[in-house]
Amino acid sequence: MTWPPGDDVIQVMRTPAPGAARGTYRAFGETLRGMKTTFGRMLEKPVTLEYPEEKTPVYPRFRGRHKLHKFEDTGLEKCVGCSLCAAACPSDCIRVVAAENTPEHRVSAGERYAEVYEINLSRCIFCGYCEVACPFDAITMGHDYELSDYTRSDLIFTKEMLLAEPLERTPLRREGE
Amino acid sequence: MPTLAVVGFYEEWWIQILKAIVIFAVGLQLVPIVLLAERKLLGRMQARYGPNRVGPFGALQPLADIVKLLTKEQFRPSTSTGFLFALAPCISIVTAVAAFAIIPFGNVQHIFGTPVGLYGIDVSIGPLYLFAFGAVAFYGIMLGGWSSGSKYSFLGAMRGAAQLISYEVSQGLALVGVIFTAGTLSLTGIVEAQQGMWYIVPQFFGFLVFLVAGFAETNRAPFDLTEADAELVGGYNTEYGGGRFASYYFAEYLNVLVVSGIVTTVFLGGWLLPFGIHPPGWVDPFVVLFKMGLMTFLFIWVRATLPRLRYDQLMSFGWKILLPLATLNALVTAVLVVVTH
Repeated sequence: MTWPPGDDVIQVMRTPAPGAARGTYRAFGETLRGMKTTFGRMLEKPVTLEYPEEKTPVYPRFRGRHKLHKFEDTGLEKCVGCSLCAAACPSDCIRVVAAENTPEHRVSAGERYAEVYEINLSRCIFCGYCEVACPFDAITMGHDYELSDYTRSDLIFTKEMLLAEPLERTPLRREGE
Repeated sequence: MPTLAVVGFYEEWWIQILKAIVIFAVGLQLVPIVLLAERKLLGRMQARYGPNRVGPFGALQPLADIVKLLTKEQFRPSTSTGFLFALAPCISIVTAVAAFAIIPFGNVQHIFGTPVGLYGIDVSIGPLYLFAFGAVAFYGIMLGGWSSGSKYSFLGAMRGAAQLISYEVSQGLALVGVIFTAGTLSLTGIVEAQQGMWYIVPQFFGFLVFLVAGFAETNRAPFDLTEADAELVGGYNTEYGGGRFASYYFAEYLNVLVVSGIVTTVFLGGWLLPFGIHPPGWVDPFVVLFKMGLMTFLFIWVRATLPRLRYDQLMSFGWKILLPLATLNALVTAVLVVVTH
């Protein structure tokens, strides 16, 4: 048989056939080629990201921890307590209790505001449906993905925690990265 | 009683003891260095860093490993045989250390006016001594695996036994060519005979066969079937933990150093330098250590490159390719030696 075989032949090599000398030469040559490959990799820079010090950059549309927003000019909350996010949530992790705004106590721009707004992040699947459902863009998905904690109750994020300016710990991926 | 072996150079008993302490103080320090170098180099070859958290650049990683292993609980399976289970790692480590004793780091030097040979002992049966301890080392693996009372250990031990026996033949025959050419079994004698030409050139096939068989003898990749992680969990040391496991690990890396040392001595001209450079005597051990380092790098490099052989491939390679090659090499060398002398 000729070597190498044509395109229409699928050749399965189990032993250094055909021809012991050529087979040995080929096996030896392939071994050396493999050694060259590993040596070349050794001279390159490792691709490791040393995680706690370096963080994986995220894309702009990355769905990390949620954020609640306020109007920048008036400081009023955007959320009006409509509970559409809770309705859209497939894992049922959002709890909203609405209350009426009064002239003395005005929290949001609408008639009502969210008195209680809790997201149970131990149940959240980060699908982003809440963000899509919200008519006032009051809730969006942030970039923070470092969300581990010691107890489950610590993962229930309250309104204050979601409204607070988030720690920008996660680098954003630059164009072309 | 007939003389079994002649010792090439005798020293006072206190020099012997001092030498033993110095050689093993240095030699045993090499093991953690090799261990760390292996992990770092394997890491770099796989495009990652390797250990870099303990100490500067991960330099204290072996220390941390050893402390971790030694502070662990000693346990053994209820199916194991107690005294053999404890004895087997000791056999492994004793044979490795004993084999280390004959590696020459230099010829006789005058240190403070006292002649000292820079080796553990210069016996007139160097390679035989090596193979004797190589053969005993197989008991370390065999007894360890068998006395564990576990199927994985037993399978690993059985493979190890077959592999060591198969490759020891080729390893021995590969050295025969060198011994014919040098006309001596003393390792210092073999080095001295390489003045002018290292044996890697005239004995190239012997070198290749010895190297491949050396990989098999030390149970290193691609011949690490005794501890084939993917199929045998850990092979003969599956049931071992703590200090006993550390002993096995230590013995493996010391064996790598021993094989590197023997290749250096027998094929790479020991402490000799090429191009007629004759440095002062104190450089010799560093030359040997440098060459050993290169050989150890080769061991690591091959481990990073080659996949593990299948068991039947291992056996057919050993008996059908390596052994005929070694035999042919010895025969051709013998004929050439007779013709030229």
